[in-house]
Amino acid sequence: MAASGDEVKLLGAWASTYVIRAKIALQLKGVSYEYLEQQLWENQSELLLKSNPVYKKVPVLIHNDRPICESAIIVQYIDDVWAGTGPSILPSDPYERAIARFWARYIDDTVLASATIKIIKVKTEKEKAETIEQSFAGLSLLEEAYEKSFKGKPFFGGDNIGYLDIAFGSFLCWVKAIEKISDVKLIDEAKFPLLAKWAERFGSVAAVKEHIPETDKLVECYSKVLKALWNARAPNN
Amino acid sequence: MACEKGEGDVVLLDFWASPFGQRVRIALAEKGVAYEYREEDLANKSRMLLEMNPVHKKIPVLVHGGKPVCESLIIVQYIDEVWAHPNPLLPTEPYPRARARFWADFIDKKIYDCGTRLWKLKGEALQEAKKEMICILKLLEGELGDKKYFGGDAFGFVDVALVPFTSWFYTYETSAGFSVEEECPKLAAWAKRCAEERESVRKTLYDPQKIYEFVGLLKKKFGVE
Repeated sequence: MAASGDEVKLLGAWASTYVIRAKIALQLKGVSYEYLEQQLWENQSELLLKSNPVYKKVPVLIHNDRPICESAIIVQYIDDVWAGTGPSILPSDPYERAIARFWARYIDDTVLASATIKIIKVKTEKEKAETIEQSFAGLSLLEEAYEKSFKGKPFFGGDNIGYLDIAFGSFLCWVKAIEKISDVKLIDEAKFPLLAKWAERFGSVAAVKEHIPETDKLVECYSKVLKALWNARAPNN
Repeated sequence: MACEKGEGDVVLLDFWASPFGQRVRIALAEKGVAYEYREEDLANKSRMLLEMNPVHKKIPVLVHGGKPVCESLIIVQYIDEVWAHPNPLLPTEPYPRARARFWADFIDKKIYDCGTRLWKLKGEALQEAKKEMICILKLLEGELGDKKYFGGDAFGFVDVALVPFTSWFYTYETSAGFSVEEECPKLAAWAKRCAEERESVRKTLYDPQKIYEFVGLLKKKFGVE
């Protein structure tokens, strides 16, 4: 149980989808914390290297000096520790929990990491077309899942945002940026009407708004930083 | 629907040699849950598998009361939540729980892929994979420390996540030329302990030689020398 003497720090990077997840979760639970913006690719802080020696990545939640890594695990931890405060992030039913975890993982392993981000990473037009198709395939499955399993509720979590909303919703700002950079409409209302409306609703939620970076800032981050970084690395990085 | 099943019925769609499937079998055994095991021919997947896991079309799939749960670690957590006793697998306290999830996720991200490179690749690429595998195992050994199990005194979530891969150690060692016992003695001791003290593990894991032969067949199939 959380005590009033809690010390909570979040090591993050403003443009990171994964960090946005942690911020939303902390806000939903009304947790005060110290946010520490991190350097990711060089001059990483000692605190980051000490707290996440395995991956050296953000986000890292440090709760009373104990580090928790990996955004999905951090969000579940926040839900566990501050279980008595604010809304529940994960559903209470074990089956619904398994479904939420399944789709959150799908978003990370397939749609997000694999397909959509690759649209702005790949070099040839052919690869770009392929990754766009893969993204559409992934979004199509999510659209179908929404219709089947989430029974026309405003959010994946039901009446309020939950685990899966946070997992997918945190990525929407990058979807918009990718759309702008690549001149392609991904969450097209004509193709994915349920997801498009959900995305609008998600963006209007109070706990979410202040944590989502502006599209133009992300586009700038891409053109000034990420593009050069990715060009310098192996293609599948 | 394939056939009418009662609300509480448990069916596991699986493949005998899959370490991911074995995680689920071990979890079910730890909890004493009765279930029907259905072996899948991965070259000719059943309609039930394709219906129950349309997204990935992979095993294992746990079907409980007709409803599918996919992804081995998600299934194990589901089993732990539905059949909380006996033998709870995840710790009750949030921090140890987060830690257990972290290491299980690490195992998921690293072991199978690196292990596959050990028996598929040669030369420089193999040496790199070998270095990586030893690194991975040492990190895990660091987390185990002097504890009896990753879960502490009780066999837990991380133990379930890792133990099926112990029957693959012989294959990894032989393909890459190293010894788990030499590099990670505590981990090797833990592997022995799991097999000796947990009936669920003893009854589920296959002899390392059998896995080695199975990989031999896979090698032929993929045209690996």
